[in-house]
Amino acid sequence: MNIVVCVKHVPDAQSERTFNEDNTTDREGVDGLLSELDEYPVEAALQLVDAAQGEVTVLTVGPDQAADAIKKSLQMGAHRGVHVNDAAIHGSDAVATSLILAEAIKKIGDVDLVLTGLASTDGTMSVVPAMLAERLGLPQVTVASELTVEGGKATIRRDGDVASETIEASLPAVVSVTDQINEPRYPSFKGIMAAKKKPVETWSLADLGVDAGSVGLDAAWTTVESFEKRPPRQKGQIVTDEGDGGTKLAQFLSAQKFI
Amino acid sequence: MRMRPGIVRCMAVERLVPSEEAGDLIALTREICRDVLAPRVDAAEAAGEFPRDVFGVLGRAGLLSLAYPEEFGGGGQPYEVYLQVVEEIASAWMSVAVGTSVHSLTCFPVASFGSKEQRQRLLPDMLGGEELGAYCLSEPQAGSDVSAIRTRATLTDDGGHYRLSGGKAWISHAGHADFYTTFVRTDDHPTRGLSCIVIPAGTEGMTFAPPERKMGLACDTVREVLFDGALVAADRLVGEPGMGMPIALAALDAGRLGIAAAATGLAQSALDLATSYSTDREQFGQSINRFQGLAFMLADMEAAVTSARATYLHAARLKDGGRSFSKQAAVAKLVCTDAAMKVTTDAVQVLGGYGYTQDFPAERFMREAKVTQIFEGTNQIQRLVISRQLLRG
Repeated sequence: MNIVVCVKHVPDAQSERTFNEDNTTDREGVDGLLSELDEYPVEAALQLVDAAQGEVTVLTVGPDQAADAIKKSLQMGAHRGVHVNDAAIHGSDAVATSLILAEAIKKIGDVDLVLTGLASTDGTMSVVPAMLAERLGLPQVTVASELTVEGGKATIRRDGDVASETIEASLPAVVSVTDQINEPRYPSFKGIMAAKKKPVETWSLADLGVDAGSVGLDAAWTTVESFEKRPPRQKGQIVTDEGDGGTKLAQFLSAQKFI
Repeated sequence: MRMRPGIVRCMAVERLVPSEEAGDLIALTREICRDVLAPRVDAAEAAGEFPRDVFGVLGRAGLLSLAYPEEFGGGGQPYEVYLQVVEEIASAWMSVAVGTSVHSLTCFPVASFGSKEQRQRLLPDMLGGEELGAYCLSEPQAGSDVSAIRTRATLTDDGGHYRLSGGKAWISHAGHADFYTTFVRTDDHPTRGLSCIVIPAGTEGMTFAPPERKMGLACDTVREVLFDGALVAADRLVGEPGMGMPIALAALDAGRLGIAAAATGLAQSALDLATSYSTDREQFGQSINRFQGLAFMLADMEAAVTSARATYLHAARLKDGGRSFSKQAAVAKLVCTDAAMKVTTDAVQVLGGYGYTQDFPAERFMREAKVTQIFEGTNQIQRLVISRQLLRG
């Protein structure tokens, strides 16, 4: 079974995050890492090929630093990496990202299963899996908290607010998984050493036959007009009880329209 | 998602490492410290339970065998890298860092003095990540004076086994370990009569006393190991009979570096805590570290931590370069553990009354630092080692 896992390199949420002059996320001047939600599909893929046969290819779209997301996945145990890196991709929205991913998956070829995380932890759009399935003409089964692959079918469990659904799809299919599906492994030092020898291909838009004009900031369907830092939390108001504490508290809550 | 604690106590010390994989290894260590060690350390140290599963995580990641050859399952890493991993672990959980150093020590005799056949037979399991070792050198009457060891190993009539009687004291991992690297007396000569033998867990006639009730390092279970006619296969005696003393001394040189690195990590953690607390804590309308009296304390703590790190790394690089490093290892052990004692004590002072409570880890750091001046050769013994080598000419 050949599995492609789409992963994203995102700014580390615990570090300082900044923006470029064109209002896009700064991906080059900040600490980045493999999106934590993407560790789950990598783990799911590794478990599937551990149980059967097959190869796990990790695919990412991003600038030079995004190679670290591939490296981490290879250290965990994935077999090879594909990095689509092209200056024209800068500022691409989810629509363009799904186009690039779809063309890359077609070029990888002979794919039985495409796995993604629930969402990227920076954009948190959660729409790329569906767009990708549409572009590839494949069934999509998303938000999987369990996944089994057997007899040419992928079966998932999707936990909703009121019910859990079991959904089947014929292979090949696109499956997005949640953080409930497994406990991602840590790389081992042996994995770190082995990853150095694993093949990573870097493709440009031209390699994929994608028109540079159809992706990037200018082609995006939405633009960020402005942004501002969330204001720091104000110090709370302290109600001193001088016998009328209850009344003051009620007045406060009433003023805030809580009661 | 994995638990990502709000207060990240793992440090981000800038490190110069000799290779890309060493950089990735430090990153992996920090990730495991953040996700697995940091969320558990406070409760575990309060409860004093041995965290066997944590060593499983470290072992499977390859962090328990870094300094040993790859052909036997080790990481093939220089001491310069291995020790910085120990320091990172110590900054999250001192007991676990001490255990990591102890386990590394338990593999040293076979790796350095075992026959080729013994290395092939014993090392893959010892270094495989699933097993944990205990190092049995000290006895109640034989602490700094190794030649006073009394635990006796006598060859059976058929020559197939050694029969052990006696007891070992202050043994980390006792009762939890999978093997016990043990120094025994096979002859009456005080120094040339000692040998080293690797005893598997579950050996009949090997029992354990109740755990010692210690001042700190509550998760580092320490107790006596007692032998009453325990039979151990003769082919588990490392090298030749009588090599015990040189093995023990060489192992101590390497082991001291592990403790030096761990003490540095502990000191760094205390410094990080003091720095962060002194920024948040306001008196007289400003952060207390705006007062020079306190800022200078922090500066002295930073100087102590940085010089400790430089000292153990110098010793490590001498070892990695194949130079004599015995004196420098003793210097490192002395400097790093004294620094840890000073910095952790000062951290309690910076936190004031809160530092004296168990609501903050400062008092635990201070209790943990004390033993580093005592074990793996007291700091008085380190001065003996240093002065003898210095005055040898």
